[in-house]
This record gives sequence, structure tokens and C-alpha cells, in this order.
Amino acid sequence: MNENGNTTAERVLTDEMIAEIQKYLPRYPDKQAVTLPALHVVNEHLRYVPLQAVVEIAELLELHPSQVQDTLSFYGFFKQDRPHGETRAWVCRSISCHLLGADDLLEHLCERAGIQPGETTANGKLTLEYGECLGACEFAPCILANKTLHKCVSKADADAFLDSL
Amino acid sequence: MAEFEPVLLANIRREDSHTLRVYEESGGYNTWKKVLQEWKPSEVIDVVKASNLRGRGGAGFPTGLKWTFLPKDHPGPVYFCLNADESEPGTFNNRILMEQDPHQVLEGLALSCYATGASTAYFYMRYEYPLAWERCQAAVEEGYARGYFGKNILDSGYSLDVYLHRGAAAYICGEETGLIESLEGRRAWPRIKPPFPAVEGAFRKPTVVNNIETAACVKHICEKGSDWFRSMGIPADPDNPRDAGSYGPKLYCLSGHVEKPGCYEAPCGITVWQLINEFGGGIRGGKQAKAAIPGGISMGLLTADEFDCPLDFASPGKYGCLGLGTAAVVVMDETVSMIDFLHNSCQFFAHESCGQCTPCREGTSWALKMLKRIKAGRGRLKDLELLLEIGDNIGIMPGTTICGLADGAAWPIKNAIRKFRDEFEDYIRRTNPEGYMETDPVPALEIIGVH
Ligand SMILES: Cc1cc2nc3c(=O)[nH]c(=O)nc-3n(C[C@H](O)[C@H](O)[C@H](O)COP(=O)(O)O)c2cc1C
Ligand code: SF4
Ligand code: FES
Repeated sequence: MNENGNTTAERVLTDEMIAEIQKYLPRYPDKQAVTLPALHVVNEHLRYVPLQAVVEIAELLELHPSQVQDTLSFYGFFKQDRPHGETRAWVCRSISCHLLGADDLLEHLCERAGIQPGETTANGKLTLEYGECLGACEFAPCILANKTLHKCVSKADADAFLDSL
Repeated sequence: MAEFEPVLLANIRREDSHTLRVYEESGGYNTWKKVLQEWKPSEVIDVVKASNLRGRGGAGFPTGLKWTFLPKDHPGPVYFCLNADESEPGTFNNRILMEQDPHQVLEGLALSCYATGASTAYFYMRYEYPLAWERCQAAVEEGYARGYFGKNILDSGYSLDVYLHRGAAAYICGEETGLIESLEGRRAWPRIKPPFPAVEGAFRKPTVVNNIETAACVKHICEKGSDWFRSMGIPADPDNPRDAGSYGPKLYCLSGHVEKPGCYEAPCGITVWQLINEFGGGIRGGKQAKAAIPGGISMGLLTADEFDCPLDFASPGKYGCLGLGTAAVVVMDETVSMIDFLHNSCQFFAHESCGQCTPCREGTSWALKMLKRIKAGRGRLKDLELLLEIGDNIGIMPGTTICGLADGAAWPIKNAIRKFRDEFEDYIRRTNPEGYMETDPVPALEIIGVH
């Protein structure tokens, strides 16, 4: 039991993650500014940021866990219950992509992958989400899958993308 | 436009344009060296002021003037935030600059920091730009290695640190005080102004926030002078003392129903038709144009009859739009339903409202609910009045919200309904013949099962 009366959970942050996070500290005049970089570090490693990681980040940054959790929860970006798929794909639904068939594209992908937006396939390969403008409107409709931008995606391209996973 | 030679995009056609080697081959960082050796910071401010450069991030605020709002002789530190959150639908010019020519951006950033006395720059980039992130990170490292950033740069006594900072997929982080809150590690809730960031910004210190394209312009102004910058664009209206003019080269983003979407550079003030026809290869598939967004979705709508609108800082306002915004033009052809367009716009703003101000949070979400209902064939003519009521009552302009996101949500509503009223009414009458005249309150959406 720790001071809050909780059973001490197993640590989530590895020494490597902690070292990565600490490298950010000298860049900012206060530690709270390292919140987003720290969340990104954990997310890169684990593909989610469980509550225990929030507690440990708070400890590193001398914050209350609720401060880190507050920031985290503002962004829909960091998942907390389970890791997102090996590939996290955002299908843009904003105006330029919408005009060139983004809705059909997302529907097609959902159907082929057998999941709804926000869900992960059972084999853990793919999380499909809609995104707002990806800043690549000249390539509408587009998909950002991890670090790869898929441009002017036809349904055939979408199928090829799914098959490549 | 034949005689105009691109400036901001001059380097990007070269192979490996993103590397320091190629950038230096075309004279890159010579301006930085010259300024460090020969100019006082105030001289940089003077030339930028004289150029009448207006910020490219959306609001068009004169850059030199913004810099002079920093308190005089402040003990420091002063911070510089480079705004690369670029998330306005339709907009991608910052991405092109960062991916293809990051050193141009960094040289402009360094000059801007020198001018404003900042020795720390935070380069805040949206998450969804992995290639720009990689290239800018590499460029910063190259710049440090060559001694263009860091301690006592080129023996000038001036030091500058540049740090990249990554967002987490939220549009509101582009609003300058939302950006600052996000940088500080909190939810990106915009701050009430004043105090303006120049007085109290990041970490409660004086802070300048500028856009990526603005920084790139600063580089060229320092190199070529203010007269060169003012030699192109639309001069200030002599009858309007508040018009600062629209000078310099401008990056226009063109997308939607055109043959050749892309980012094009032209003197500030070309018209929508010029952009579509001279750069974009005309309307896609030979169809007729119906409407266009003049500068990012927040700016509202132009009808095809209004495509003679010059894309300078003053003109879109004369056509009932909010302004030039990010100069991102999204073209819609005759097949596009304005109900669909407005639904898409409302969906974006309801999703991106930070939720801090009730009129914005509730207004955007109710507007979306109404558009869903109209789309699903349960609209009533009265809904158009309700939507306009929202449109007319949320935003900084009526004074009900903290930041401009709500104005951006309002303008598409106001423009779409007022400029395409017949289409909305016809649609509602046609799809809801029984109930279009209904004025009673609508039962909860859950009950009617539309969402
Ligand atoms: C909702 C909202 C989103 C904004 N997003 C951006 C953005 O992504 N990039 C940007 O440079 N400016 C954005 N702005 C404008 C900034 O608040 C600020 O005016 C700008 O960064 C100043 O830079 P400039 O003077 O160089 O234009 C946004 C404003 C609002 C109200
Ligand atoms: S206007 Fe909207 S986005 Fe801006 S601070 Fe208020 S709630 Fe947030
Ligand atoms: S609208 Fe899809 S990338 Fe901009």
C-alpha cells in the first residue's frame, strides 16, 4: 500500500522512457511544460498511456496526477484503456477530402476491416479513426497511417493498404 | 502573372531542397550572417515594419507592429513561439515550407528572434505532420552543427535555442494563447486578452507568436528590403487609415473541385478565378463552379458569382466573408449540396471547440444537431432562423466568446444560409413535406433516432 491507500501498481515507465523524458527538462523554464513531450514518449513506446503512466509522469514532473490527466484528457489523442493497433490510421473527413469522397472511403474501410471508426481490429493490426483536415488537401481524399501519408486514395488503394498490414 | 518569379517556393523545386547543403548553395543563411554582423535588432524591426508585412497565420496583424508591443528593456526572457499548428481545413502551405524548405523557415525564425530579443524559440508543430517533423528536426540539428543556432552565434554575442514541440491533434492549439497553454503542459484553453502574449505570454513572459509563412517572409524582407516587398500586392486604401495594405508574395492553397490542386505562390491579391484558372487548371471535369471557401473554412463562402474577389486582406470582407484567413481556397462545383457543406463545417467546429465558452460549446454542437436533422429530412424552415441566431451570436465580434474559433464557426453558417437560402428552403420543403412549417420544439434527438 502506498500513502494514498492504493496497492502500489507495477511500474510502467521503463528507464529508457524516463531518460527520454528527462532530456526535455532543460528545454523549458518549468517542468509542467514537459507534460506533452512525456505523454508522447510513453505513447510512442506503448501505443497508449495507461493511468499508471500518468501517475509516474506526474511524479517525474512534480505535478499532481490530476494535472497530467487533465491535460491528457483534453486531447482525444492518447488512449488509456488499451493500446491502439500497430497501425493507427486517420481518414480525413474535412471539407476538401469530403468533396472528393472521404465519407465513402471511410465507410468502405470500415466495412472491409470489419470495425467502426475508433475501433481496433481483433488481430491488433489496425485502429481506424476519422481525422480532421490533415493539411494535405491537395491529395484529397487522404489517410495518415502512422508516419505514412496515403494520397488521393481510391477504394482500390484502400484495399491495397488493408492487405499490406 | 508571367513576370512573377516565386520567392517563398523558389528553392523547393531543387533536389534535396530540405538539406542545409542545397539551401546554402542558393545563398541560404547569408542574410542571417549579414544581420548578425551588421544590424542592430531594431534595424530588423524597422525593415519589417516598413515592409508592412502582415501575419500569414490568419488574422493578418502587422508583424513589425506586433513586435513593438513587447515591453521595452524587459529583463527577459522573451519567448518566441513559431506557430506550425496549421489545422485550418483547406490549408497546407506551412507543411510545404517545412517539408521542402525548412531552413528558409528557420532562417526567418532566427531573424525574428534576434529582432525581438528572444533567446528561446519554441517551434510548435501539429502532430499530423510526420515528414515535416522529421525534416525540421534534422534541419535544426544541421543548423546547430553549423553554428547558426546555439551559444554566441558566429561570435556575435547573440545566443538562440530552437526547440521543436509537438501538439496532439487539436485545432485550438493554433490559436496563439491556446498554443501557449498547450506548450505549458495544460489543456489548450485560450486565454482572455488582454494581457496580450507580447506582454504576458508563455511562462508569463513577453512572447511573440508568428506563423511559419510569416517567418519565411521575414527572411526575404531582410534580404531584399522593404521596398521590394511593397513592390507587389495591393496597396493600402488611401481612404481607409486602418488598412495596412496587402503586400508581398503570398502562398495560396487550392483544393476541392479543381483540375490541379496545390500550393501556389502569387503576389498578394490575385482573384479566385485567377487562382482557379491560371494555376488550378480550371474547374474539375469541366463542370460549373458553385461556391468556394476563400481562406480556410472559418472564412465563410463565396458564390461562383463572387469569384472576382481579390484574395488580399481587405477584399473577402467586402464580399461578406470573415477575411483572407489562411488564403486556402476550396472550390465546390455545381454538384455540391450546401446542406452537405454546412453539415461538414458544423461537424468540424463542434468537434474542435475547446468547450470553454458556453456560446461556442453549445452553439457549435446545436448547429451540428440541427444540420444532422435537416440532412435527415426532418428540417423545419424555422431551423434556418435558429441557425442564423447562433451564427449571429457566437464569436469575438459579438463579444460572447474568448477566441476566434467561434467566429470561424459562425461565418460558414451565416454565409451559407444567407447566400444559398433558396437551396436550404427547397431542401427542407422537399424532404420534410409534412413538417417543414412546424414550429414546436423538437423532441430530443435520441427519441427521433437521428444521430
Ligand atoms: C481557432 C484558431 C486557430 C488558429 N490556428 C492557427 C494556426 O494553426 N496557425 C497559425 O499560424 N495561426 C493560427 N491562428 C492565428 C493565431 O492565433 C495567431 O494570430 C497567429 O499565429 C499569429 O501569427 P502571424 O501574426 O504570423 O499571423 C488561429 C486562430 C484561431 C482563432
Ligand atoms: S470560443 Fe470556443 S474554442 Fe475559443 S475559447 Fe471559447 S469555447 Fe474555446
Ligand atoms: S481536408 Fe482532408 S487533408 Fe485537408
